[in-house]
Amino acid sequence: MSDEFEDDFPGEVKRFMFVNRKAPHGTIYALESLEVVLISAAFDQDVSLAFLDDGVFQLRKGQNANVLEMKNFAPTYRALEGYDIEKLYVERESLEERGMTTDDLVVPVEVVDRARMTALMAEQEVVMSF
Amino acid sequence: MAYEVNGVTVETDEEGYIEDLSKWSKELAEIMAKEDDCELSEEHWEIINFLREYYEEFQIAPAVRVLTKQIGKRLGPEKGNSKYLYELFPYGPAKQACRYAGLPKPTGCV
Amino acid sequence: MLHTVNKSPMQTNDLASCLAHLGDGRLLLIEDGVYGAIAGTGAAKQLAAPASEGRVYVLGPDLEARGVDQSTVADGVQVVDYNGFVRLVAEHGPHQAWV
Repeated sequence: MSDEFEDDFPGEVKRFMFVNRKAPHGTIYALESLEVVLISAAFDQDVSLAFLDDGVFQLRKGQNANVLEMKNFAPTYRALEGYDIEKLYVERESLEERGMTTDDLVVPVEVVDRARMTALMAEQEVVMSF
Repeated sequence: MAYEVNGVTVETDEEGYIEDLSKWSKELAEIMAKEDDCELSEEHWEIINFLREYYEEFQIAPAVRVLTKQIGKRLGPEKGNSKYLYELFPYGPAKQACRYAGLPKPTGCV
Repeated sequence: MLHTVNKSPMQTNDLASCLAHLGDGRLLLIEDGVYGAIAGTGAAKQLAAPASEGRVYVLGPDLEARGVDQSTVADGVQVVDYNGFVRLVAEHGPHQAWV
């Protein structure tokens, strides 16, 4: 019930970036990252998500982890907008290396090139890597 | 803990959330509500049904403030506010409504 | 920004990806990442440019633990101890771990 308390902590807003570089189902990192992101939404920070390297596979359409009897969390990325998390950056080179385009992704994103991604990372006050 | 509903055994965790979401039924929601001395009205069902649809689409239970905002969008501002939701679900919309709706506890709900 | 890499460059692409996003940041190699600092390796060639600018560091105790003598570390790569690590974070933070 975190919404009852958030106004009690007006503190300063920091720029947080969650960097996602791993494919979704082989390890727990992607799901952990998503859960931390959802929790962070309660604290009214300036949150962005970066997807690069194999992290772009997290957003791939058509996933169904239920066949592995694992949580199918790909649809959850579509809920982020409702949590006011709207900055999703995907690296163009990482997509291209994997034969993907934005048409292959479950959610609208901003595609940025490697140089822009580098600049975005350097702008952050806190970087969390998964 | 477990409920018996129409011959089906529905297991719950220690906080009372059901473990197999596919075993949910309206009757189960009504039994859970009765235990809390709560009679489910049409207004309760609006919220419970919304939660089930939200889970179906996004595979998570929404945080309370997300629920409040989305209810406001769908059912109007007189329902999209904490006061209304807490009147319907005095134990908290997440803890109570999600439980009746057969959802897991919302992520980020402490 | 201070970047750290803790995996061997022969095992994962963490070092390569980090270097591609280093910008004008600093890089510290720790744990199995220190294998990337050995002169003559492919990894050492990749990090030669920032190393020549004095922006690459390697954690001494992790070298020693792995039997990598400091004399075999590539040119320009600076060996630091734990205090040096702390100083780097303080001077060049925030910190991004490539894990």
